Amino acid sequence: MVVFEKPKALTDAPFHYCPGCTHGIIHRLVAEALDELGIEGKTVGVAPVGCAVMAYNYFTCDMVEAAHGRAPAVATGLKRCMPENVIFTYQGDGDLASIGMAETVHAATRNENITIIFVNNAIYGMTGGQMAPTSLPGQVTQTSPYGRDVTTAGYPVKVSEMLSTLDGPEYIERVAVNNVKNVRNAKKAILKAFKNQIEGKGFSLVEVVSSCPTNWGMTPSKALEWIDENMIPYYPLGVYKDRSAKEE
Amino acid sequence: MAEKVLMKGNEAIAEAAIKAGCRHYFGYPITPQTEIAAYMAKRMPKIGGTFLQAESEVAAINMVYGVAGAGFRVMTSSSSPGVSLKQEGISYIAGADLPALIVNVQRGGPGLGGIQPSQSDYFQATKGGGHGDYHLIVLAPASVQEMADLTIKAFDLADQYRVPAMLLADGTMGQMMEPVELPDLPPAEIEKPWAVRGTKGERKHNIINSLYLDPELLEKTNFERFEKYKVIEEKEAMYESFMMEDAEYCVVAFGIAARVSKNAVVAARKKGIKVGLIRPITLWPFPKKVMAEAAEQCKAFLSVELSMGQMIEDIKLHTGCKKPVELCCRTGGMIPAPEQVLGSIEKLAKENQ
Ligand SMILES: Cc1ncc(C[n+]2csc(CCOP(=O)(O)OP(=O)(O)O)c2C)c(N)n1
Ligand code: SF4
Ligand SMILES: [Mg+2]
Repeated sequence: MVVFEKPKALTDAPFHYCPGCTHGIIHRLVAEALDELGIEGKTVGVAPVGCAVMAYNYFTCDMVEAAHGRAPAVATGLKRCMPENVIFTYQGDGDLASIGMAETVHAATRNENITIIFVNNAIYGMTGGQMAPTSLPGQVTQTSPYGRDVTTAGYPVKVSEMLSTLDGPEYIERVAVNNVKNVRNAKKAILKAFKNQIEGKGFSLVEVVSSCPTNWGMTPSKALEWIDENMIPYYPLGVYKDRSAKEE
Repeated sequence: MAEKVLMKGNEAIAEAAIKAGCRHYFGYPITPQTEIAAYMAKRMPKIGGTFLQAESEVAAINMVYGVAGAGFRVMTSSSSPGVSLKQEGISYIAGADLPALIVNVQRGGPGLGGIQPSQSDYFQATKGGGHGDYHLIVLAPASVQEMADLTIKAFDLADQYRVPAMLLADGTMGQMMEPVELPDLPPAEIEKPWAVRGTKGERKHNIINSLYLDPELLEKTNFERFEKYKVIEEKEAMYESFMMEDAEYCVVAFGIAARVSKNAVVAARKKGIKVGLIRPITLWPFPKKVMAEAAEQCKAFLSVELSMGQMIEDIKLHTGCKKPVELCCRTGGMIPAPEQVLGSIEKLAKENQ
C-alpha cells in the first residue's frame, strides 16, 4: 500500500526551505489541489519575491516569477489573456501586504478570477527576519529589536479582514498548517479557492498562517506551538467572505 | 492600400497597435497620452480584447509582463513620470526576454515637471532606465504616419528579438493631427514555444524568469543577450538623411525637433550654407555608421533637442569627437523655433569654416 506519494504537480527538485518550514506543506497542498482538480496542464502559477521565489522550480505547471509584490498584477495579465486557464499566485506577507498591497487590493476589488495563496509567517523570511506588515505587536525581529512598538511601527495588517470589507472578492478564508486538523482545513480551503476560479466565481484568497522557525528563532515544533499561542489569537481562522455560500 | 484618415498621433498609435494584432492594453491616466487609453477603452471591448485601467503604472507594466509571458502582443502607454514608475517592470521584461511595447509620450521634467512636450527621457529610454544590463529598442516617430508605422515595427522587432520596444514620442506628436494610412495586416503570429499557456501535459513546464542566483549563469545570460543586441545594432538602425549629399554641416535631431530642424536646414540652404540633417529613427540602436561617415564628411555638428542635451552625447561618441558638436535646445516643455535653429546653424557655420 502506498502511504505517501508525491503529488504529480510537484517536480523532483528538492525544496530549499529550512527544516520544519511550513512553506513545504503549503506547496504540497497546492500541488494536491492541482492534481485532484486535474488542472495542472492548464495552470500558470506566479511565484513571489520571498522565500518562495523558486516555487517555479517546484510546480510542474507553467510558471512566472514576478517582481516583489506584483504577482496579482502579473496574474491579472495572464488571466485576462487566457480566461480558460487557471492562474494562481503564491505570496508572502511582505510581498502581498506591504510592497504589493495596491496590487492585492485592486485585484480583489476587480474580482479578478484568480486564486491567491497568501503565506502569513509574520516575518520577512528571505531577507533574514525583518519586521513584516503582519509581525505581531511586541514581536522581536531584526528591525524591531525591542519588539514591534505599535506607536512607531504601527499595527499589523489583517489582510483577510480588510479584503473582506470589499464588495469585489468572492472568497476569503484564513487557515493554518500547524496541526493535522488545520492542515485538513487548509487543504479544503485551497481546493475551494481553485474550484471557484474554474467555476468563474472570481477572486479567491486563502491566507495561510505559517511558521518561520529560522527567523522566529525557534525549533520547528516550538514554532507550531507559537502559532497556536500567538498568531491565531491575533489572526482568527475562518471564512471571512464567501459570496456564493451567502447567495445559496 | 487603405485610405488616408485624419488622426491624432496618439490615436494613430492605438489603432496601429490593434492592426498589429495587439489585443491587450493596460495603462494609468496621464497627460499627454490619454487619447491612447481612451481609444483602447472604446475599441478593445468591441474586438474581444482587453482594456484595463490599472491601479498604477507599476501594476500596468506588470500586467504587461504577464501577457507578454503568455506570448500575446501587449502594450502600455504613459508619459514621463509614469514611465519612471514602469522601470522596475521594464527591467524584469528585459531580463525575462519578453516582447512588449511601451509608449512614452514625453512631457517636461524632472519631477512632476509639466505637461508640454519634451525629449528629456532620452537617457532613460536609451541607456537602460531600470536596473541591470539591458537595452530597449527605441523608436522615435516624427509624424503621425510614423506614430502608426513605428508602432507596428516595434511589435515586429520585439517579437523577432524577444526584446521590449519603446516608442519614444512627445506631447506634440501625440496631439498633432495629420492624414495617416493604416495598412491592413495579416495576423503576425510568430511561434513562441517559450510562452506560458499551460503545459497541457504535453511538455515540461515553461518558466518566465529573470532570477539567476548563480553569478556565472547570470553573466552567461547577459552575455547571450548582448550578442543579440549586437545583431540588432548591426541590422536594425534606422535614420533619415536630408540634404546630406554635399553637406558641410550636419544637424542631428529626432521627433518634433527634427521637423523644426528641417525647416531651418532649408532656410539655411537658401542662405548658401551647405547643411543637412540626420534624423535618427531608432535611438537605440543609434545609427552609428551614418554618424561615423558624417564625421568624415562634415565640419561640425548641431544637436537639436527638447532637453538640456542628451542625444548630443551619442553624437559625440559616434563621431569619435572628430568634429565640434554644438547644442541647440529648449527644455521644460518649450520647443525651439526654426529661427533659433537657423541662428545656431549660422553660428556653427561661421565658427567652423
Ligand atoms: C523591490 C524589492 N525590494 C526588496 C527586495 C528584497 N526582498 C526580498 S524577499 C523580501 C521579503 C519577503 O518576505 P515575505 O514576502 O514575507 O516572504 P517570506 O520570505 O517570509 O516567505 C524582501 C524585502 C526585493 N527583492 N525587491
Ligand atoms: S527563512 Fe523562514 S520562511 Fe524562509 S525557508 Fe526558512 S523557515 Fe521558511
Ligand atoms: Mg513572510
